[in-house]
Amino acid sequence: MQELIVTPETAPLGAPEAAFEPAIVAFVCNWCTYTAADLAGTARMVQSPNVRLIRMMCTGMVDPKYIIKALLEGADAVLVSGCHPGDCHYINGNYKARRRMKLLKEILPRFGIDERRLKLTWVGASEGNEFAATVNRFAADIRELGPIDTRRLPLL
Amino acid sequence: MPSRIGVYVCHCGTNIAGRVDSPGVARFAAGLKNVVVARDYKFMCSDPGQDMIIKDIREMGLTRVVVASCSPRLHEKTFQKACQRGGLNPFLFQMTCIREHCSWVVADPAEATAKARTLVAAAVARVNHHDELYSRVESVHPDVLVVGGGIAGIQAALDIAKSGHKVHLVERGPSIGGHMAQFDKTFPTLDCAACISTPKMVAVAQETNINLMTLSEVVEVKGYVGNYTVRVRNNPRYVNQDLCTGCGLCMEKCPKKVPSEFEEGIGTRKAIHRNSPQSVPNTPVIDPSVCLQFVKGKCGACKKYCPSGAIDFEQQESFLDLQVGTIVLATGFDILDPGSLSQYGFGRYPEVYTGLQFERLNNAVGPTGGKIVMKNGKPPESVAILHCVGSRDTNHHEYCSRVCCMYALKYDHLIKDKVGHHARVFNFYIDMRCFGKGYEEFYRRVQEEGVTFIRGRPAEITDQAQRPEEEGKLVVIGEDTLLGRPVRVPVDMVVLCTAMEPRRDAAEVARVFGISQGQDGFFLEEHPKLGPVSTATDGIFLAGTCQGPKDIPDAVAHASGGAGQALALAARGEVSISPTVSWINPDICVGCKICIGLCAYSAIEFDERRKVSVINEAMCKGCGSCAGHCPSGAAQVRHFNEKQVFAELEGLLRPAPPVREPAGADVA
Repeated sequence: MQELIVTPETAPLGAPEAAFEPAIVAFVCNWCTYTAADLAGTARMVQSPNVRLIRMMCTGMVDPKYIIKALLEGADAVLVSGCHPGDCHYINGNYKARRRMKLLKEILPRFGIDERRLKLTWVGASEGNEFAATVNRFAADIRELGPIDTRRLPLL
Repeated sequence: MPSRIGVYVCHCGTNIAGRVDSPGVARFAAGLKNVVVARDYKFMCSDPGQDMIIKDIREMGLTRVVVASCSPRLHEKTFQKACQRGGLNPFLFQMTCIREHCSWVVADPAEATAKARTLVAAAVARVNHHDELYSRVESVHPDVLVVGGGIAGIQAALDIAKSGHKVHLVERGPSIGGHMAQFDKTFPTLDCAACISTPKMVAVAQETNINLMTLSEVVEVKGYVGNYTVRVRNNPRYVNQDLCTGCGLCMEKCPKKVPSEFEEGIGTRKAIHRNSPQSVPNTPVIDPSVCLQFVKGKCGACKKYCPSGAIDFEQQESFLDLQVGTIVLATGFDILDPGSLSQYGFGRYPEVYTGLQFERLNNAVGPTGGKIVMKNGKPPESVAILHCVGSRDTNHHEYCSRVCCMYALKYDHLIKDKVGHHARVFNFYIDMRCFGKGYEEFYRRVQEEGVTFIRGRPAEITDQAQRPEEEGKLVVIGEDTLLGRPVRVPVDMVVLCTAMEPRRDAAEVARVFGISQGQDGFFLEEHPKLGPVSTATDGIFLAGTCQGPKDIPDAVAHASGGAGQALALAARGEVSISPTVSWINPDICVGCKICIGLCAYSAIEFDERRKVSVINEAMCKGCGSCAGHCPSGAAQVRHFNEKQVFAELEGLLRPAPPVREPAGADVA
C-alpha cells in the first residue's frame, strides 16, 4: 500500500490543495500602512502576490459592508491595517475601525465565514519589514485555511 | 455617456518592466470596458510621458485617465497636474502602484504581471465612478508658531522674523538656548559655544517680530493648514519679568540648594535659579517643588531682599490662544540615561560621567569654572572615552547618534589642552564617523596630538584591581578588535558618549500636533530624502533633532529649511485644500446624529430645520469616520465613496481571465 501514501513530492500537480492561491484584499490607511507598503517595496522585501491593496484615507472609513462585499465577490480573506493605536492621522479613526472589526468578527461566523478570514493589524509608516511579514504570514494562514466558498454559505 | 478611459503603463526604466510585462499589461488594459487607448512608455513621469497623456486627452477626447506606475504618494500630483493641463479635472484620474507594491516585491515575473493586471483592472473599474472635484482655496494666517527654543528653534524663529512675519516662540524651560547653551566648545572649529549662541539668543529677545514665551507649553492644536488655533499654557515663574533687573541677589540669599538640571547633576543651584548669567530672559525662576516658601510655607528670603519687588508667590498658570498659519516643531532630543547600561557603572562610580556632564566640567561657567578635575579636585592623569553608549546597540538604539565621534575628539583635544600633554586619553570606538566639513581633518589633528584609539566596545568598567597599577583606578575591560586581544585599561576618569534619543514625551507631543513618530521614536518626516522637513500633516514642519540625531550645522540647516517651508506658505497667503471631504446627502440622511458623535473634528452640525446632519467642509479632514458608520449610507467621503470602492473591489476580484500568450510570441 506504500504507493498510496501522498507526500508533497508525489502529490499530483494541479491537486486543489496544492494549487490554491488565495485572493486577499487589504484595506490600508494612506498615512501608515500604505506608506509602510511603499517602504517595503523600496526595500525590495519580497511579498506574497496574493494580497492586493485598496488605499483608504483611514481605517475609520472602512465600512463593514466593504469587507462583506469583498468576501462575497470572491476574496478569500480581508486584511484591514492602519496606524498604531494613538498614532491615527485623524486622531482616533483606528479605534473606530477596531470596534467595527470586533463586531464584524462576531457576526461573520453566523454567516458561515470563518472569522480568521478577517484580520486587523497596525503597521506604522516606518515599519516596512513589519508590513511584508504581516502580508506573508496572513497569506500563509489563508492558504492553510483553504478557499472560501460563498456559494455554499447557509444564508446565501 | 460611457467614459472614455486612457490607460498608461510605465516601465520605469527596468524598475517595473524588469519584472512586469508592461506592454502585456497595456494590451490587457486595452480590452477592459470603456478603455479607448492603452499605452506603455519607458518613463511616464517624464515630459514626453506626460505629453502623451495630454495629447490623448485633447485628441481622443479622454474623460478618464489611469496611470500604472510608482506609488501615488510619489507622482499622483504630477499626473493630476498633467490631466489638468490637458483640460481634464484632476480628480478624474486614478493611479495604481505596480512598482513598490508589485514589481519590486513579487519575485516571479508571471505572478508580478498577473498582479499588475489585476491592479490596473481595479483602477479602470474605479475611475469610471470618479467625479469632478474642485479644490478650495483658504487664506493662510501670516503668523508662525515655533515650538522649542534650542538652536534649531532660534534659527527658525530668526529666519521667519527676518522676513517680517510674526513668530510665536514657545519654550518649555526658563531660558532659550537648549542643549547648545550647556556646551563649552563646538567641534571641529573649537568655537566657544556661548560666543556663537548667545548673540542669537539675545537677537531673539530683541527681535520685535518674535513673541518669546518661556516656561510655556502647547497643550492643544486645532484647525488645519493656514488656520491653526494653538492653546499655550504659561507656567508661573513667580518672578515678575517686567520688574526683575536680573541682579541675582535673590539667588545669593536663597537658602535652599539642590542639584542642578542644567549642570546635569554635577553642580548645584538654588531654589530660585537661572541656567547661567547669559540666559534669555535672564529673569530667575522659582522651583516650587523645593522652594521653602512653597514646601513649608515660610522663608521669603528672595522676596525680602529683592530690590525691585519682582518676587510674586501668587502667580498662577495662565492659558493663551494663538492664531497661526503654520507650525515649526523644534523640540530637540534627550540623552539616554546610561544607568540602564549597568556594566559601565554610571551612578556607582563617581568618576564616570556622561558627555553632557563632561561638557559642563569644561564650561567656564560650569561647576568647576572650566577646569577638568575629578571629584577630589585633582586633574585626571588618564581618561577613557567610550563611544556609542546606547547607540548602534540592538539592546538600546540601533541608529548612530551622529555626533559622538566628533565630540569625543573634541574632548580628546580639550583634555590634552587643559590637563596637559602628559594626560593619556583612550577612545574606545566601533567605527570613527567623521563625515562633515572639516571633521576628518580634525580627527587627524587629534590623532597627531597623541590620543590612543582602541577599536572595540568595552564590556565593563570596574574598580576591582588585578594589578598594582590598577589600584585606586577605574579599569576599562574590553577587547582591542584590531589586535584581537583583551585589554584592561586603568584610568582616572571615564566619559560615556551617550546616545541622543527622542524626548521622553515625544509621543505626547506627536499626538498634540497630529504627526507620527518613526520606528526610532523621532518625529517622522514626509519623505526620508525629498521631504526631510515636512510632515504628513500640512502646515507642520520639523526643525533640528526632533527629526533625528544631528550636529549643530545640520540642525541649523534643517531649521532654516523648516522656516523656509513655513514661510513659503505664509508669504503666499493662500493654500489650496483638498476637496476629498465628507458629504452627507440630505435626501438620505435620517437625522440619527450618530456621525456627530463620531466626528473627531466637530465638523458635523445638525440642521434643525431640515432635520439632517450637515458637514462643515472647512473643518472636515476627510477621515471618513462618519461614512464608515452611517447606517443609511448618507455620509460619503468624496473620492472614496461607496460606488468607487465597490467598483475597485470588483475590478480587483473579477479580472478578465489571464491573458494566455504563447512564450516568445507577440513581442512587438
